[in-house]
Amino acid sequence: MSDAKLLHARSSVFRYASPVTFFPLAGKLSRLCGVCAPLLICVGLYIGFFVAPTDAQQGEAYRIIFIHVPAAWMSMFIYVVMAFWAAAGLVIRTRLSGMMALALAPTGALFTFIALWTGALWGKPTWGAWWVWDARLTSELILLFLYFGFMALHASIDDSRRADKAAAILAVTGLVNIPIIYFSVKWWNTLHQGASVSFTNAPTMAASMFTGMMLVTVGFWLYSIAIACVRVRSLILEREGSSPWVAAYLRKQS
Amino acid sequence: MMTVLVCIVRRDLLVATRRRADVLTAVVFFAVVVSLFPLATTPDAELLRNIGPGVVWVAALLSSVLTLPRLFSVDHTDGTLDQMLLSASPIGAIVSGKIIAHWLTAGLPLVVLSPVLALQFDLAPGAMLALTSSLFLGTPVLSLIGAIGAALTLGARGAGVLVSLLVLPLYVPVLVLGTGLVNAAGAGLDTSAHFMLLTAMIVSACVLAPWAVSTALRGAA
Repeated sequence: MSDAKLLHARSSVFRYASPVTFFPLAGKLSRLCGVCAPLLICVGLYIGFFVAPTDAQQGEAYRIIFIHVPAAWMSMFIYVVMAFWAAAGLVIRTRLSGMMALALAPTGALFTFIALWTGALWGKPTWGAWWVWDARLTSELILLFLYFGFMALHASIDDSRRADKAAAILAVTGLVNIPIIYFSVKWWNTLHQGASVSFTNAPTMAASMFTGMMLVTVGFWLYSIAIACVRVRSLILEREGSSPWVAAYLRKQS
Repeated sequence: MMTVLVCIVRRDLLVATRRRADVLTAVVFFAVVVSLFPLATTPDAELLRNIGPGVVWVAALLSSVLTLPRLFSVDHTDGTLDQMLLSASPIGAIVSGKIIAHWLTAGLPLVVLSPVLALQFDLAPGAMLALTSSLFLGTPVLSLIGAIGAALTLGARGAGVLVSLLVLPLYVPVLVLGTGLVNAAGAGLDTSAHFMLLTAMIVSACVLAPWAVSTALRGAA
């Protein structure tokens, strides 16, 4: 690619770093993803609940996997994306990065909570306990606390740029810590007792189970994009309230 | 750079000796919390031996969190911190000096006190030694990670409660390894892995934490 072309490609991507240009794009994205997400989730759940075969060992109770596993994946994935935006905000100091990180946090916390809650519901019939101090459960719980900390820190600082920066440092610190937390907890658990349930020895999954789980995962992913875009739009309107284009936009809306 | 660091440590220690109550409160808090656990459970020696290391460690965590707000807030309020940040001295040295002073006033007293508290829980001499050495290696990490929380919450609303929410989840690995060391020593297992991992944590926290604290302080000041 020639230099001129490269420059053009770069400028066309970085164009969206500005709230003015990103605002309409976020609107389009949220509408598109907001329509696709429920469709995919519904199809995925239909396959999960009616098409996928009953598990030989866990019976029907295993079917919560179609919500539990996608939610758990999203909870971790969103934290990484959030920390990425936070780091981007610290390095290249774009206003939008902090807003993206803030917009993702509640969704990440929601998926973490769903993963924990459905995990408890799944654990009761299969393990006989709502909660066991398994490494995964404990790390997921700490992940939830990290999300809460991020949101609480942001909420307690009035100046939004300062709040973005402080929360970004926390998000990056958390990202460095998550693997350490996971391995320390795993080690702690194995030191005391053998794992009560091994995920790795589970029978290989039927194709329909896998399809259902993947569809729900993509659905959750699109939902996260949609809801984050809606939140980013609100944040842009709040923070850029004094700029003329926001005033023009609001006049057009009302 | 070393002169700045030593100067800051001496200055903060001097300030701490002028406000002895601040230092003593955290130490007394540590002792009181630890002493409450036998009252809340049973005086059964077998049970106390099992929970002892964990109780002492959790109390150390809480006591450390309790002292964090005073790490920067006093200097922030009277403008000293702004002057320090504006000075030509490297900010990393200033921050490291403050963290070292915090450990000397808030971490080291707990380490010194821990054998006495271990007696309350009827720990064997080996476990007692392990507890003290695990606290000796662990409390610097608490000061280092805690400083990040203290710097981030500087000037924030409800900083005292907020800092515990931010910092306690990040303390988990230290807690796990610290209590793990004592339990392993109590069971007669090899503890070298625990020692190495705790030391690795100090080293990596020494490298990363001052940077994060400096960035946070520049944002807050």
